[in-house]
Formats: sequence, C-alpha cells, structure tokens
Amino acid sequence: MYTVGLFVPCYIDQFYPQVAISSLQLLEKLGCKVVVPLNQTCCGQPMANSGFASLSKGCDANFIQNFGELDYIVCPSGSCTLHIKEHLHSEQFPEKATLIQQRIYELTEFLTDVLKLTTFKGSFPHRVGLHNSCHGQRGLHLSSMSELVAPVFSKPADLLKRISGLELLLPERSDECCGFGGTFCVFEESVSVKMGKDRIREHEQNQVDIITGGDMSCLMHLEGILKRKKSPVRVMHIAEILNDGYE
Amino acid sequence: MSSRHAQLAEQFNADEARTNWHDQTLWWVRQKRDRAANTLPEWEQLRQWASDIKDHTLSNLHAYLLEFEKNALANGVFVHWAKDAEEHNRIIYDILQKAGVDRIVKSKSMLTEECHLNPYLQKKGIDVVDTDLGERIVQFREEAPSHIVLPAIHLKKEDVSDTFHEHLGTEKGNNDPQYLTHAARLHLREKFIQSDIAITGVNFAIAETGGIVVCTNEGNADMGAHAARVHIACMGFEKIIPKAEHLGVFTRLLARSATGQPITTYTSHFHRPAPGKEMHIVLVDNGRSRQLGREDFRNSLKCIRCAACFNTCPVYRRSGGHSYHTAVAGPIGSILNPNLDMKANADLPFASTLCGSCSNVCPVKINIHEQLWKWRQVISAEGLTDPSKKMGMKLMAWVLARPAVYRFAGKAARWVTANLPFLVKNKTWNPWFKQREMPEAPKQSFQEWYKKQQRS
Amino acid sequence: MSSRNQILEAIKNAQPAIKPLPVLDYTVVTPIKELISSFEQFVKAVGGRVQLVDQSAALAQEIENARLEGKLILNRLNGLSSMDEISPDLTELEKLDRVYIRGSLGVAENGAIWVSETSMGNRILPFIAQELVLVLREEELVPTMHDAYQHIRINQEGFGVFIAGPSKTADIEQSLVIGAHGPVALTVLILKSGLAVPV
Ligand code: SF4
Repeated sequence: MYTVGLFVPCYIDQFYPQVAISSLQLLEKLGCKVVVPLNQTCCGQPMANSGFASLSKGCDANFIQNFGELDYIVCPSGSCTLHIKEHLHSEQFPEKATLIQQRIYELTEFLTDVLKLTTFKGSFPHRVGLHNSCHGQRGLHLSSMSELVAPVFSKPADLLKRISGLELLLPERSDECCGFGGTFCVFEESVSVKMGKDRIREHEQNQVDIITGGDMSCLMHLEGILKRKKSPVRVMHIAEILNDGYE
Repeated sequence: MSSRHAQLAEQFNADEARTNWHDQTLWWVRQKRDRAANTLPEWEQLRQWASDIKDHTLSNLHAYLLEFEKNALANGVFVHWAKDAEEHNRIIYDILQKAGVDRIVKSKSMLTEECHLNPYLQKKGIDVVDTDLGERIVQFREEAPSHIVLPAIHLKKEDVSDTFHEHLGTEKGNNDPQYLTHAARLHLREKFIQSDIAITGVNFAIAETGGIVVCTNEGNADMGAHAARVHIACMGFEKIIPKAEHLGVFTRLLARSATGQPITTYTSHFHRPAPGKEMHIVLVDNGRSRQLGREDFRNSLKCIRCAACFNTCPVYRRSGGHSYHTAVAGPIGSILNPNLDMKANADLPFASTLCGSCSNVCPVKINIHEQLWKWRQVISAEGLTDPSKKMGMKLMAWVLARPAVYRFAGKAARWVTANLPFLVKNKTWNPWFKQREMPEAPKQSFQEWYKKQQRS
Repeated sequence: MSSRNQILEAIKNAQPAIKPLPVLDYTVVTPIKELISSFEQFVKAVGGRVQLVDQSAALAQEIENARLEGKLILNRLNGLSSMDEISPDLTELEKLDRVYIRGSLGVAENGAIWVSETSMGNRILPFIAQELVLVLREEELVPTMHDAYQHIRINQEGFGVFIAGPSKTADIEQSLVIGAHGPVALTVLILKSGLAVPV
C-alpha cells in the first residue's frame, strides 16, 4: 500500500474543493493511504512566474515543512507539480528539496506510472474533450507533443479511454495553449481571452458535453469564458471524472 | 497597468476576423513545418547536432572569428568590424561614399533592421530599396516588418493592392497575388539592374572557408549581389559555423522549420568577389558579446532566424509582430531584445504564457520559454516591473508563507466573492471579469471540509 | 583599441569553457534508395519540371528548335548546339527567354542542384533569365545535403549555388506565386546513365 501526501494547490483548496476531494477519494479507492498536511498553502508559482522567484522562499520553506517526510506526493495540477520539480529551493535543507522533487507526481502520472492502473471499473457516459495543459504536457511529458518527431502517447487520455461510455474527443489543435498563463490572464487580458475562445470553439465543434484536463487553472479560465457566453459545455477536472467513473 | 505589448495586442484583437486570419495563416505554416519535419525520422537528431554545433561554436567563437577573418581576407574580401549599430551604419555609408553611390538595393537582413540602417541612410540622402517582396510592401507603407521570414504577414492582399496602386500604379482593386507579384517583379528587376551596390544578410558564415551562405526563395539576394559592382554582406558574429560539412545539418533544418519547404530555392555560397568587383563583410557585435557573457541567455545566440517559434507561438499569432515593438518580434525577440534595451523591452518576456511550444520547434533547441522565465526574474530584480505589481506579489508571498493567514485570507476572499460580488465582478478594475465570469465561491475550502471529515 | 580588437576581447572574456564539437554519425540519416524518383518528386514539389533525356542529339535539337522559334536563348552547355557569349549588358541579359546551364550535382531529398560559377559563365545568369534549364547526369544525384557537401567543395570557385525550383514568393497572404525576381520556370534535364555526351 502506498502512503501518499496530497498536495492541494491553493486556488483548488479555496475555489475548487471538489477537485481535491475527488483526488483524495480516488486515491483511497485505489488503495492508497492519503495524508493531507494541514499547513500547506501554495507552491510559489504565482510569484515566480511573475518574475519574483525571490519572494517564494517562504512558500518553499513551508512546502518542505509539510511534505519533506513523505515518500510520494501527489498533486492534481501539472503546473504546480512542474513548479516544484523545477524551482523548489532551500538553502537550509537542499537534500530535502531534491527528494521532494523526485517524489512529487502529477495525479494522472501517479496513476499510470506508479499505481500502473490498467483496468477501470465504472462508467461515465459523456462526450469529453481533453485539454492538454502545457505544463503537464511539455513540462512533465504527460503526453507526446505535436512539435516533436516522436512516438505518440498520452497518460491522461489512456486513463479516460478506459472508462466505459466516455467518448474522448481531441480538439483540432490538440496541444495549443488555452491562454491562462498565470498572471498573463489579467495582464494580457485580450490575448488570453482570445486564446481561450479559440480552444473552446474547437471543443464545441466536437460537440463535447465536458472539457476536462489536469490543470484546474486552465479550466477555470475556460469556464469563465463558457459561462459568460452561457454555453452548455461544462468543465470538470480529470480527477472528478475519474472519481465519478470509478466505482 | 497594461504593458506596451498588451496594449498593442489589444488593438490588434479589436478586429477579430483579422486576428483569426493571422492566427490561422501562421498555424498553417506551422503545420507545413510539422509535415516536413515528420518526413525525416532523424529530425530530433538533426536538431541535437545543430544545437551542439552552435554550442561548441559559441564556446570557441574568438578562434572561429579569427579563422573566418583570415580566410575571408585571403579570398579577397574586405572584412569590417562594428561594435554597435552606429558603427555598422557608418561603415556602410563609408563604402557607399567611396563608391560614389547614392542608391542601393537590399535583400532581407534582420541585422540591418536591428541597426535601423534604412532611416540612417535615407537621412543622408541615399535611396534604399528593399527587394524582398514582403519588405518592399512594408517599406512602401512606411511600416516595420512584422515577421522575420514573412515580413508582410500582417497585411491582406487588399492592403497590398492599395499600396501597389499608389506606388506602382497597379490597377485599383486588383487583388490577385499573381498580378501584384508580377508588378513588383518588373519594378524590382529594374532596380536591380540600375544599382551599383547591394546589401544582403548572411545565413551562415563558414570559418573554415571564409565564405558566407545566403538563403532566399525569391532570388533577390542574388539578383542584387550579382548585378551590383559592390556586394556588402552584414552579419551578427553569431552566424559563424565551423565547417562546410555543418551546412548539411543547417540547410536540412532551416527551410523545413521556416516554411516546410525541403530547402530554400536558392542557397548561395559566396567566397570571392566576381572578377573586377568588390565584396565586403561587416561583422557586428551590437550587444552580442554582452549576451554571450550572460550564462542564462547566451544560447539565444544560436538562433538561425527560421521563425518557427513565431509561427507556433499562440500569443504571437494573436497579437501580431508589431505588438512586440522591436525589429525581431516573437518568442526569440522577447529573449534577445531585453539584452539590447532592458527597460524599453521589459514587457516582452511577460508577453508569453510559457507554454513551451517555441522551445520544441526550435531547430537549434534554444530553451526559449525557460529564458523568458529567467528574464522575468532579471527584470524584476532590476526594478523594471510595475511597482503595484511588486507590492501585490510581496503581499501574496507574505500571506502564502503563513498557513494561518492564508486560511483566513482564503476565507475572506471567498466571502467577498459570495457576498460583495460588485467588488469583484467589475470590468474596470478586474480584467478577468471583462470577458470571463468569476469562479463560484464555495462555502468551504477543501481544508475546512477535510477537517470536518476527520472529526466525524 | 580598434573595434575589431575590442569585440574580439569582449568575446574572449564572455565565451564559456569549450564544449565539444559533435561527431556527426551519418548512419542515422534515412537512406534514399530511388534517387531519381525522389529527385523528380521534389523538383516537381518545388515548382520545377524534370525531363529524362536519353539522346544527347535530342537535347541539341531542342535548343536549335527554340532558337528557330525566335526565342532568345543562351546556351552554356559545352558541345551541344553552339555555346553563346554572355553580354556584359544586364538589360540584354534581362531579356533572355531561356538559358541552358550545366548543373554539377543533384540532391534527391529536396530537388536542389549545385551550379558552379564556371558553368554559369556569369553569376547572374541563372537568376536573370526568364526560364532556366539545368542539365545533370543521372550519376550526379546524391541522397541528402550531407552527401552533397561531401561531394562539392564550396570554396573551389568564388560562387556556387544550390537551386531548387524556379524563384517564388508567398509574401502576399501566403499564396504561392512562381516567378518572384528570378526565373519563372525551371526545367531539369537528366541525361540517362551511360549516355555519351560532351557536356
Ligand atoms: S529561436 Fe529557434 S525557432 Fe526561433 S527563429 Fe531562432 S532558430 Fe528559429
């Protein structure tokens, strides 16, 4: 049995608790013992990506305090996982930081690579469009990338395809960025929204019921646009679908 | 609050149909690139070779430049060195004066754009004719190129038709690209024949042989250089490659990355001036040695200017080249330009979502998106970001480092969103809300839920 | 200190510790077996035409016929038809309908043909004529650019060029137009292997 620490990114904790709940329940259904360190906050990415990596020391220290002793750390966000993998830094406990970087997994890669989940009980009878988040894909290599001449694969798609009744649909540009981009979404508002609208248009062409993905931040941005135009298309984090679909 | 790039991008987006066209056209070029790359199973190996050759060259640049100079001189070529844009322009002007020439033709050279050669020469009364079709179009319109390979990609054929009607007397309203191109052909062939001096750029300079290679599809560099008495080739010193053999790697990558062609129509190798003629090479620094000394940014000098990173960039495609307000736009421009003027270009590294597609298409494997991230750190450390942004970040960092404060702040934020929505749902001070709804504020956070679960 | 020395000094101080030059192991390069068909396919793809010639007399005849039609022809093929002088006057050259030039090597992976300065006679010739005809022997095809650069010496002459197709541009709305500044058409004549021709 695996004991895993669940790292819940701050915006999921505050605004999308059901994503964290789904992740927790799913991991438990799959036989893991899940530990939730209660003093966790944020990986520090918002500051770092805005050019203030120097200000994320407090977040780093806090992260190490909360997760330093765990063998597996699982996070339902490719972006936050990548940030920890690339930028977690500690002057005081450098070895601990390195260990954490080796032990942190994005949720779907934990399911496919560590738990080696191959069979899936349950069903989810919907048309689902997959949004590949850039950090999960190009950063963590959760799936192959359209730019490279290399074999095609996708960890999240592999999982979704195993759910009976779920019809998986990829947009025409299967790995174009949605335009969220952290503070980019407000500082470059017009381009950000245009990018999101274009992603949505392609998913709508596929007549999906739901857009899913491994990063709630991308989905929050797409959801904001969908709701403004009163679209019937919903967003769901992949953890919610997997948890709903798993009996 | 919004940066220069953001403002210009917003203007670009005001015409959504045009933005769609720009996006789709460049995406089509990206797809052509993908198809071309996929015909070569060894593609990723070629990228690795190209990257390694360039890395090696940059680490031994001093020696290679000396070797190149020695061989070029032995070939009977004049070699000039310019430490900055001003010196580059002066060198060219001196050559013109010595030749007693007051009109020149010029093929595409992003370096001369970077050095603002055209306005410099024009002020001195020299007639400069850009001969690349796209560049001629934007020159007539007194605009800057918006793309390093497709200079007029921001324009529609109707725009070109109007411009040519005004400057070349073409039929009003005739928008046929074939017709318009033919008109430019006649106009420019006349210019080539009349011109005594031609300026070209350089794609590769070979240390081993002291020669240069220039790649075009239109044949304008060749028409210019061979018609003229004096050929001046301008290059940033990073164009050096060690051996002729390496051209095999780079020519296989360049056109496939740029436009999806298997090779450019003309790949011209200049070594010695034609009998009775003159050839000059101007080697330019203009900040490059400074960039070479910046460990985190040095490998931006590996760039072979294929523009694949432009075509793939979802932000570039939806904001247009002019929104980058510099000679070289796009992702590569955003890591080169802060070196040239950090303050004026402090906005550019932020004009990206860091999606990483640029680094993946780059034929010389420049880690563009990582350098964008690093420039953000440098720019903030230099105090070149908006002070209010810095305040906000400081406050955020303070909160996020304190779990109890974080829990309180989160609760407060959710309470405000739920109970005082007018504070948040405001299009004036919340850019998010302009075109997007806010997420619903849930009653309890995950942590609150979890604690309750544990108790029960 | 001169700018030259300043720049070189700055580079010396800025460049990192030496990194190795990679060894290029060409065995990873995908082999092309059918050189001629690949070459043909790519010449067409880049907007040119290919014609196989199995009788040198046919080629000489073609040149003669074109002359008889009143076309302004400039022949640079040694020993076929008559070789023409090149006028130093560019306005004369600009009027040329067609030039015949000997290529020295063709590349199967992209349809490019290496043309050396000597065979051009004047560097501007392959660019200024309205139509360009390049002549190659079948034996002169190589698979890729790697092979090409092993066969040619780029500095053997003052100038040399790979030509792939007629001149073209897509600068107006990305619509491809053949015939930008250079030739509006390119024909490649491939002389069948073993053919005894003087060129
Ligand atoms: S950075 Fe890379 S992809 Fe961009 S123009 Fe330069 S070589 Fe091409």
